[in-house]
Amino acid sequence: MRCIINGEMIDLPAHIRTVAQLLQHFRIHEKIAIVEINANIIMKETYEHTAIADGDRIEIVHFVGGG
Amino acid sequence: MDRYSRQQLFAPIGERGQQHIREKHVLVIGAGALGAANAETLVRAGIGKITIIDRDYVEWSNLQRQQLYTEEDATNRLPKAIAAAMRLRAINGDVVVEPIVADADACLLEQVVARERPHVIIDSTDNFDVRMIINDVSQKYDVPWIYGACVGSYGLSYVIVPNETPCLRCLLEEVPLGNATCDTVGIISPVVHMVVAHQTAEALKICVHAQVNRKLVSFDIWHGQYRMIDVHKLKKDDCPSCSERRTYPALQYENETKFAVLCGRETVQIRPAHRGEREWTTLLSFLTKRGIQVEQNDYLLSFTVDSHRFVVFSDGRVLIHGTNDVQEAKRLYYQYLG
Repeated sequence: MRCIINGEMIDLPAHIRTVAQLLQHFRIHEKIAIVEINANIIMKETYEHTAIADGDRIEIVHFVGGG
Repeated sequence: MDRYSRQQLFAPIGERGQQHIREKHVLVIGAGALGAANAETLVRAGIGKITIIDRDYVEWSNLQRQQLYTEEDATNRLPKAIAAAMRLRAINGDVVVEPIVADADACLLEQVVARERPHVIIDSTDNFDVRMIINDVSQKYDVPWIYGACVGSYGLSYVIVPNETPCLRCLLEEVPLGNATCDTVGIISPVVHMVVAHQTAEALKICVHAQVNRKLVSFDIWHGQYRMIDVHKLKKDDCPSCSERRTYPALQYENETKFAVLCGRETVQIRPAHRGEREWTTLLSFLTKRGIQVEQNDYLLSFTVDSHRFVVFSDGRVLIHGTNDVQEAKRLYYQYLG
């Protein structure tokens, strides 16, 4: 599957089908990430069963503490 | 007032906006890279008053990006808040600059915000514990705050307006632990300025009563990424910080001496439960007797025992460099300062 993630076209391994799996793939902790798919924000409690589809525009924002 | 002419020519500010800016008080928490740049921009813009809180002192590794400080400040180990205040006053003598050399914990922040009632709080800190405190104080005293953070070439910013936007706790279900820090993965100055550009633009909007950007902004200056996300749906009806059932969890602290490992710095910070001026004549005579060399300025005292450097601030706080082990730090603390 190919998705546009943070502006870049990325080929994802076939086993990645949900937002939770996507975050796991990028090693981003679910609770501190914000995910938007095709300009719709995804509620954290639905990451497990929100499916991603070919061609989706996905934005992932993770929080950092530095300064 | 030729000084602000270019800023006044900018229509959304104008002469009236400039007057508003002049009447505003901003609280900047942290005087590292973000704090220094935020403070300089707002002082140059003609803010009425700035209060800047920082617990640390200037070190050589700060000079690459912390724009208010000089080599002399690092040599003298001047507290950042003091060095910042001196530079800020030299930049704009019309601004009232109030430096506070202290750890921005719940107790201190509540005191300062309750007393000063700033118009906006600018986050220039380096950890989530203090940001959660800022978040709760902001809600309790109804003061907007502007989150800003960066690491590597990545940064983000978000404005929290009480009773309007989701708060930081709505967006973050838990305080991130083991996060990348500037001490572990580094930081480049340009991303600091990009974060600060967003924070100060929003601060100026708040000062002139303009509409703030409600979106979460994030970017990577090295990889050319920039995005804004509308997060209003994430506001939680049961948020313990901003909902009707709020309890301000970050403001409920236990009254005890706290030992904290400063990540990536081989340093443990100790904050004694009892606040106030530390009496150090006894300590000085003790160290002198043992032939230990002591360096001192008006704000702190430092000495080295074996491979550990102790820095003792006059407000009671102690940094022990050369260890990441809380137990060892406790032992050393009680051995020399307890």
